[in-house]
Amino acid sequence: MEILTAAFLGPIADMIAEPLFLLEVMIGGVLTGVMYSLVALGFVLIFKASGVFNFAQGIMVLFAALTLVGLMERGVPIWLALAITIAVMVVLAMAIERIVLRPLVNQADITLFMATIGLTFFLEGFGEILWGSNVKKLDIGIPDRSVDVGGVLINTFDVNAAVIAAVLVAVLAVLFQRTKIGRALRAVADDHQAALSVGISLTSIWVIVWAVAGIVALVAGIMWGGKSGVQFSLSLIALKALPVLILGGLTSVPGAIVGGLIIGVGEKVAEVFWGPYIGGAIENWFAYVIAVAFLWFRPQGLFGERIIERV
Amino acid sequence: MTEAAAAHAGAKKLGAVLLEVENVSLSFGAVQALTDVGFAIREREILAIIGPNGAGKTTMLNLLSGWYGPDKGTITYQGIRRPRMRPHEAAALGIGRTFQNVALFKRMSTLDNIMTGRNLKMKASFLDHALYWGRAEAEETRHRAQVERIIDFLEIEAIRKVPVGRLPYGLQKRVELARALAAEPTLLLLDEPMAGMNSEEKEDMCRYVLDVNDEFGTTICLIEHDMGVVMDISDRVVVLDYGRKIADGPPERVRKDPTVISAYLGVTHSPA
Repeated sequence: MEILTAAFLGPIADMIAEPLFLLEVMIGGVLTGVMYSLVALGFVLIFKASGVFNFAQGIMVLFAALTLVGLMERGVPIWLALAITIAVMVVLAMAIERIVLRPLVNQADITLFMATIGLTFFLEGFGEILWGSNVKKLDIGIPDRSVDVGGVLINTFDVNAAVIAAVLVAVLAVLFQRTKIGRALRAVADDHQAALSVGISLTSIWVIVWAVAGIVALVAGIMWGGKSGVQFSLSLIALKALPVLILGGLTSVPGAIVGGLIIGVGEKVAEVFWGPYIGGAIENWFAYVIAVAFLWFRPQGLFGERIIERV
Repeated sequence: MTEAAAAHAGAKKLGAVLLEVENVSLSFGAVQALTDVGFAIREREILAIIGPNGAGKTTMLNLLSGWYGPDKGTITYQGIRRPRMRPHEAAALGIGRTFQNVALFKRMSTLDNIMTGRNLKMKASFLDHALYWGRAEAEETRHRAQVERIIDFLEIEAIRKVPVGRLPYGLQKRVELARALAAEPTLLLLDEPMAGMNSEEKEDMCRYVLDVNDEFGTTICLIEHDMGVVMDISDRVVVLDYGRKIADGPPERVRKDPTVISAYLGVTHSPA
């Protein structure tokens, strides 16, 4: 009983005792959270437009980062390498639409999901053949050091990454909510038949969405790769996007953003304050605890559409 | 309604042939859906396709709007023999349509649904939106004004902001018509626009169809089961039975055609 009391109340007492430190931890969590949002956003975009849960999103992050690093290693200047990588992701989107999605139109969701698993294996092998499998260092010139802001330590790389991610998310949100393409995208997500009848081409919408998801993957790959090197484990951050998606709902862009922030802050605070009491390293699994707790109360996610079924 | 229909019929001038179907056949596996069907639709005409269930009416509409391609035969539209095309390409050529079981964007508002109808008319691209925000915004406003005119025309102002999934069936059908009209179609295909409506809603819908035809000069091809409606509003009737055309002509003649009567009622072989 004493241990339990200590485990529950101890951390809270610690937080109250050191509010500045709590703030520092939370800011760190927000900065990581924005990056989770970015990965989750890739899933949401594709799921909204084509109803496919894209298992390959994680490997797309790795593939994009690998392509960029591979080009830079061969002496291509960074801006050119960036442009080429974007072009590669767009071509990849077109190829996926033509080779994977189009032949599977009107198939069950599970079939499309399986197809994206196949895509994962393909991209993994293809990336390795092209660029090799050793860990690569990605340096894009953003300084990585800690700065003291009014007694709170903040990492400059994280701040830069978060700002870039936030700008990207904002641009995407505006484009998809307020433009002709956004309307077409929502139309396709809602009803294929009706979308075709008003002259919306499903194929071009799919290409746009997969290309945007590819570019989002590239940005995520640059940020995560810049922190921890470009290597296979990069594709596993997609697993971190899963609890974010459960929290935010698979179909909601704001959900992906808020979900990412909650997971980011939640796991950092848990690690720093509860970790010491139960042996540490809880950052890796705490996100799933939050997700399961959410599933309990809101299975459709924070912003997901409520599931209504007629009996 | 009869009065309106009579006035309409009197003032009407038909134009050149807009669309011609020649010897079209289509089968799905072993089912022969259409066999050697041919007819023409003239500009500003209201053509009704009727026939018993399973006669191939919807299949014909799907052919015209590019959902299917014919196995055999040709479709000539605006003087050009049409290659095999996809639905969104047909829409781009000015062929609008509605569906038998209302295909709307259920989660979007009435206004947004109708705005999608203008997608093809909007020029601003992804890049324009990113780089020239003002210009793209001005275009949006212009199209919005157009959509408001259609909303006015079909008297659906009150449900502008309502997600269409929540509307009663009759209104959904009207929103679907509005969306098709927003694209300013040359040829409008209506698949049972009055199915499942009460007589008051039917009368409204008839009036809209006639008004669209009068005011915008839109050519209309519709499928309908209610014979009263068909006889009232159409200039010409094509009758299909088992995938073949069995009659084609003005409503009053088709109504008296013995082949048509037997197709609908069955032939009496002996007095019962």
